[in-house]
Amino acid sequence: MELPELHQIAEKERASQKPIRLRICVAAGCQSSGSLAVKKKLEDTVKEAGLSDKVQVVGVGCLKMCSQGPLVQADPTQTLYAKVDETQAAGLVGAVNGGHCHCATVDPNDPFLAHQFSIVLENSGLIDPERIESYIAAEGYEGLYHVLREKTPTEIVETVIKSGLRGRGGAGYPTGLKWALVAKMQSPRKFVVCNADEGDPGAFMDRSVLESDPHRILEGMAIAGYAIGATQGYIYVRGEYPLAIKRLQGAIRQAKRLGMLGGHIFESPFDFNIDLRIGAGAFVCGEETALMASIEGRRGQPRPRPPFPAESGLWGQPTLINNVETFANIPTLIRKGADWFSAIGTEKSKGTKVFALAGKITNTGLIEVPMGTTLRRIVEEMGGGVENGGTVKAVQTGGPSGGCIPADKLDTPVDYESLAAIGSIMGSGGMIVMDQSTNMVDVARFFMEFCMDESCGKCAPCRAGTVQMYRLLSKIREGRGTQQDIDMLNGLCDLLRNTSLCGLGQTAPNPTLSTLRYFRHEYEQLLTDSTVNGQLPKHPANTT
Amino acid sequence: MAVKTLTIDDQLISAREEQTVLEAAREAGISIPTLCELHGLGDIGACRLCLVEVTGIAKLQPACTTRVAEGMVVVTNSQRLQNYRRMIVELLFAERNHICAVCVANGHCELQDLGLAVGMDHVRYEYLSPQCQVDLSHERFGVDHNRCVLCMRCVRACDEIEGAHTWDVMGRGTASRVITDLKQPWGESQSCTSCGKCVLACPTGAIFRRGSTVSEMERDRWQLDFIVTAREKKQWII
Repeated sequence: MELPELHQIAEKERASQKPIRLRICVAAGCQSSGSLAVKKKLEDTVKEAGLSDKVQVVGVGCLKMCSQGPLVQADPTQTLYAKVDETQAAGLVGAVNGGHCHCATVDPNDPFLAHQFSIVLENSGLIDPERIESYIAAEGYEGLYHVLREKTPTEIVETVIKSGLRGRGGAGYPTGLKWALVAKMQSPRKFVVCNADEGDPGAFMDRSVLESDPHRILEGMAIAGYAIGATQGYIYVRGEYPLAIKRLQGAIRQAKRLGMLGGHIFESPFDFNIDLRIGAGAFVCGEETALMASIEGRRGQPRPRPPFPAESGLWGQPTLINNVETFANIPTLIRKGADWFSAIGTEKSKGTKVFALAGKITNTGLIEVPMGTTLRRIVEEMGGGVENGGTVKAVQTGGPSGGCIPADKLDTPVDYESLAAIGSIMGSGGMIVMDQSTNMVDVARFFMEFCMDESCGKCAPCRAGTVQMYRLLSKIREGRGTQQDIDMLNGLCDLLRNTSLCGLGQTAPNPTLSTLRYFRHEYEQLLTDSTVNGQLPKHPANTT
Repeated sequence: MAVKTLTIDDQLISAREEQTVLEAAREAGISIPTLCELHGLGDIGACRLCLVEVTGIAKLQPACTTRVAEGMVVVTNSQRLQNYRRMIVELLFAERNHICAVCVANGHCELQDLGLAVGMDHVRYEYLSPQCQVDLSHERFGVDHNRCVLCMRCVRACDEIEGAHTWDVMGRGTASRVITDLKQPWGESQSCTSCGKCVLACPTGAIFRRGSTVSEMERDRWQLDFIVTAREKKQWII
């Protein structure tokens, strides 16, 4: 396929669009609040009203403000209708056709929307994730065309290095450097792997990207494949994401049909295929070496590194593993250039970060903000603060590997270094807001229980240590703990952090350590030998 | 064949480049505690007892999977490492039901030896006392999960040396169990050749010859290495 043909598809797609479009979110969040029924009703209403040549109902990806779903956005007015139900369909169709309706709308100047900066989510909520033409109409696959026809692999790696993009899976390893490492390996066979095993409690960024804009991942992976010299890619997606799997399967099929995947892509000598591998529900399979073992059909257990996957990955071959969000940055980065990308964000953390806002916050949903945005802006302005007028007690980032950031540290900017400095991590993007009713020992215990259940059982400290830590936390929470138990807990935190085989065990102590650091009094209140002997915390109704 | 020189515990030693820190240390007479490691089996770095400090690397490295390098400076026995090792051994003792006094391997048990080596005089952690099964369905061998430390030696011996891959692990975390075939009783396993290599490999009393009573379970562990050397080098050295 040549560029004019690609443009032709885009033109045809744009020409087929009706003057008025009702974009309704059909990602998992809104589907769970009934958006499919609303979509059906809207379509029927349009047909009955004889408006089919004027009004079009399109299923799109995430419109971000999940707490207000099902969401419908109208073109060309851009009005965003919230909590639309089936009974409002007629009124809504009337409204976009010049009438009036009583549907709730979201103010376009709402900070939740106004402060967003979209790279990864640039097509989310705009395009139909189930149609490749819709992605092509949004300049999709154009970057891949130019890459394959006009650039050398080295130029692509250099662009990614220059952009300053860092891994969005949480650890923040420089993406360009990783690509360069794999590109330099001499091997007849290399692999590209997309880690879509998003497993942190409360995190749904990757799921939304996969459900809203699956072709973006395929394009990002194909560009990576060209840059490093791989011909085969795998997307390792968790089985709990059936809709993402369905859309990826559809996207791969469509891309193969049009020649964006397969042999001689865009009539270049480059071949690239992508296959899906479905995870069976183990959190540890998000760890890269366990993930690769699982793709190979073995038990999903980590192995010591080195050798790193860049050197010896899938079936012993050099392998590039990046997270969904990292790949999702690539098409735009390539299209707009490294300079454009590196102008966004902070000195050491470039670009944007997608966060899934959850917990006791008014606006739950998906946000994408430039690196360096303060937690306060995210939580208080965009998130609208704690629901029902409460106050923030802590913000948890990074899931079971992250930490709890107290309210007085809310002015911390979100970038890799700043979050690490206050005992948390960037993580993959889960952000759970807690209000004053939350007991921090409960929080630590919840995450420790999670790690205990998800420990693969291979290395002794993680397997036998998390269970002891969970027991100590339970003992303290139930008012049976002593100062000695806290010391023992600290000792185990140190042990796991320094001796565990993989990231799961090494970071499992983080929620405990950060709550001990910032909320130690909550632990001490519960001790039998503390000064406030055995008293329950001030909010006893805070069981999670 | 290239040779590297490195420093282990202030001792200057030489090693072949394909050797691990553990092998180099042992050759030089420096003892590093191990559990999952067994000569003749592939190393997995799982028990974390052989972790050592390597100058210039922030994270502790398992000696069994870390290759020697020129000029490497290794510390195998700092106070910090000793503390970690003792904690790990205590965690293992607390995890299952290790009652030496009634164990077939008493006196010939690597976990018991480790307890002595790391100076464990008591276990600080709560005993989990899990309800574990004993499988006596095999006519010659038995497996008592109460004494298993999940070192996966049996899994590797069966897979790598015998080639049957009868053993594997199911479940995760502390609920992990070694299993035969797809959790069939051992005696009904179709892949098991009853070769007994897993019995040779087991460090504790978990896998044993039936009929052994307390302290009787001794093993000729060298036989595994003997088979591997014989197969790979065609040398039959006892």
